[in-house]
Amino acid sequence: MKIDLTDTTSSKINATLIDARRAIGTATVGMVLTLVIVTDEGSAYDALKAASDASREHPSRILAVIKRPGRSPRARSQARLDAEVRVGSDSGTGETVVLRLHGELAAQAQSVVLPLLLPDAPVVVWWPENAPVNPEKDPLGTLAQRRITDAVAAESPVEQLATRAASYAPGDTDLAWTRITPWRSMLAAALDQKHVQVDSATVEGESDNPSTELLALWLAERLKIKVERKVSEGPGITAVRMHTVDGDVCLDRPDGLLAKLSMPGQPDRMVALKRRETSELIAEELRRLDPDLIYASAVRYGVENLHSASSVREVVEAPEPATAPVPSKTAKKTASPSRTRK
Amino acid sequence: MTDPAAVSDDPVLDDGAPENFGETNVWINPLRDPADRRLPRIAGPSGLVIFGVTGDLSRKKLMPAIYDLANRGLLPPGFSLVGFARRDWEDEDFAQVVHDSVKEHSRTPFREEVWQQLAKGMRFVQGEFVDDQAFDKLRETIEELDKAQGTGGNFAFYLSVPPKFFPQVVQQLKAHGLADPPKGSWRRAVIEKPFGHDLASAQELNKVVHEVFPRDEVFRIDHYLGKETVQNILALRFANAMFEPIWNRGYVDHVQITMAEDIGIGGRAGYYDGIGAARDVIQNHLLQLMALTAMEEPASFHPKALVAEKLKVLTSVKIPDDLGKHTVRAQYAHGWQGGEEVPGYLEEEGINPKSKTDTFAAIKLEINNRRWAGVPFYLRTGKRLGRRVTEIAVVFQRAPYLPFDAAATEELGQNALVIRVQPDEGVTVRFGSKVPGTSMEVRDVTMDFAYGESFTESSPEAYERLILDVLLGDANLFPRHQEVEESWRILDPIEKYWDAHGKPAQYEAGTWGPAEADEMLARDGRSWRRP
Repeated sequence: MKIDLTDTTSSKINATLIDARRAIGTATVGMVLTLVIVTDEGSAYDALKAASDASREHPSRILAVIKRPGRSPRARSQARLDAEVRVGSDSGTGETVVLRLHGELAAQAQSVVLPLLLPDAPVVVWWPENAPVNPEKDPLGTLAQRRITDAVAAESPVEQLATRAASYAPGDTDLAWTRITPWRSMLAAALDQKHVQVDSATVEGESDNPSTELLALWLAERLKIKVERKVSEGPGITAVRMHTVDGDVCLDRPDGLLAKLSMPGQPDRMVALKRRETSELIAEELRRLDPDLIYASAVRYGVENLHSASSVREVVEAPEPATAPVPSKTAKKTASPSRTRK
Repeated sequence: MTDPAAVSDDPVLDDGAPENFGETNVWINPLRDPADRRLPRIAGPSGLVIFGVTGDLSRKKLMPAIYDLANRGLLPPGFSLVGFARRDWEDEDFAQVVHDSVKEHSRTPFREEVWQQLAKGMRFVQGEFVDDQAFDKLRETIEELDKAQGTGGNFAFYLSVPPKFFPQVVQQLKAHGLADPPKGSWRRAVIEKPFGHDLASAQELNKVVHEVFPRDEVFRIDHYLGKETVQNILALRFANAMFEPIWNRGYVDHVQITMAEDIGIGGRAGYYDGIGAARDVIQNHLLQLMALTAMEEPASFHPKALVAEKLKVLTSVKIPDDLGKHTVRAQYAHGWQGGEEVPGYLEEEGINPKSKTDTFAAIKLEINNRRWAGVPFYLRTGKRLGRRVTEIAVVFQRAPYLPFDAAATEELGQNALVIRVQPDEGVTVRFGSKVPGTSMEVRDVTMDFAYGESFTESSPEAYERLILDVLLGDANLFPRHQEVEESWRILDPIEKYWDAHGKPAQYEAGTWGPAEADEMLARDGRSWRRP
């Protein structure tokens, strides 16, 4: 069921939601959270689709906030709220409300969203792009327990990570981090099998790929070693090499699908390591709503280093183990522009 | 190897936590952190050998479960699957069969790269269980896999074969050195129900298996325990403050545990006749559900702690003195079920028309402890009942005083908390509420928690969870041999009584059982819920 409301208010939307549920005969749905998606007209469709797929695992009320401040000064000075209420088969397992905020209202999204939050249930805000510099201080972000950003969508993704680190607050998380869970779990599994001390490591991946950076930061932070960052053609992350006295523990994924795990003294093995859909990433994010401490320490660990790309060349020449606790962001070519902000 | 300590009759378990591959100084993986809960539990290097790999269970449940595990990234790299059966197959034929059954039955979408990862470690060994050569070949295969796939000598043997072959298979495994793990690795045995057909046979079976495998390396699969809703019983009871205070004789009137099937015995005449519903279902599934519902809070979720609590419940079970009055067994008769005409049990193909096997069983049990004394637990199961459903209904006592007119509360029943195990997993709470209108009238309403309407698609299937637990060595969700023996101790006298007294009642197929079962509860002033 789909109901369009023009020039409406939150309380009318609430009433419509109840009516719509009654009309299709399901009085209540066991919804577990409210997911607020802040997006624009262009990417609303994809984001909503991913969210409603994820709602199969997490029945939720999805509020899509689409800001339309308007172009002309006249349009900007007016305020209007249009809403599209979807219940039942049109909306995965929960309810979806698409909110279009016109004119001045675009800057007051929280006033529309607050009355529409499910009672008691946690609130998650997701910015598929154009995330605020400080998500926690954002008027919508303050309503949420969990704030999901996506560094990939930023104009300069790696720089974006630095911003995330600087403004990190408990509850922040980034899809660039979610994307590397399979890598992290496979690397952890490798060390479960091979009990060795890792002396240093190399992470290879596309340039401007924040997931590659995060993986390098995580390794450096956990293992307290130097991690070399190499640029490859992609897709995404292509290889991780952990150097040990016995040889390399290497997870190599050239095609974005199937990876090869090689360990000293053991036969090479294939591991499926597919790049995942956004809906799967969102589903993973929604599984746990407590602060992700590991993300926090990883993203904060290398912040300074992220900026100081000038030290890159020295590190390539002579990687001195254990002198600098920070990972070395190395590029075969000189560092990408994003890393030379400061 | 039979370690004398391992066969001691210690009532509490003598197995420890899964060890870290026998290393003395414990390796702490720097990449793991208890706070990092995104990282799933991945099994260590290992492989699974399935005996009876051509069977239904293997094709419909085990193989798809293995694929789904791989697809979720929970299997170790190099995981290997070895099939053992009589069929004259090559590795490729076997891979093809697995491929087909995965495509048909797996829960997660089929992905070629996951398949490739799995297919590399697939082997097939052809042979009979008496065939020494075949077991030699199996050992060679396992050694080859250790080299090619890095399985590290860790193998679980899944005996998906009729129990009469168990002794043969485990003896062969022992004779060919397959049950003895190389240093620093493990060998485990996985067995399916039935775990015997009475106490003596269960003890015999345990003896046979424990002679070859240490008891903490034997995993008995009761797939009910792998179900999310069953695990949720513990969460519901011990993670919440609002249920446990009323979870006792002070508030609970009685508990009904039902497992109903709408199907008949189908093609399982040979297995079913002589076993019957009580042995097939009550002994394992229903008594386990009862133990989880009634047990005290365990000290921790360590397998030892859990088993200790479950055992305490099972050992305090008291069966009724008058078995004739408080137990019922019956057979389905010819009838119409859901619009289909179905034959009665005695008319089924392959069943002796004089058979006394029960297809319906209902028993009343009491638990003699401070929490439950005087609260009856009614367990019932049957085939060809109204619909397929499994549920635990905790029915509460009536309010001690009702300040309403008698007429106002005429339609008010007893409060109930129902754990719906399957299908439509969830929890229902039933309580009275005022009927809208000008007069005061109270009627029952229900409040529902659905375990995520479509949760089921993405939540792991019971077998997935259980296979992963076997590979991880986590014994929490597996009934231990003491539990199995204790359950038989409860059921044996009832079976014996049934054997000696009369014959099963009859109930029309498609109904909720025989009139005798209703009378059995009516005697106590109660009635069955319609599930």
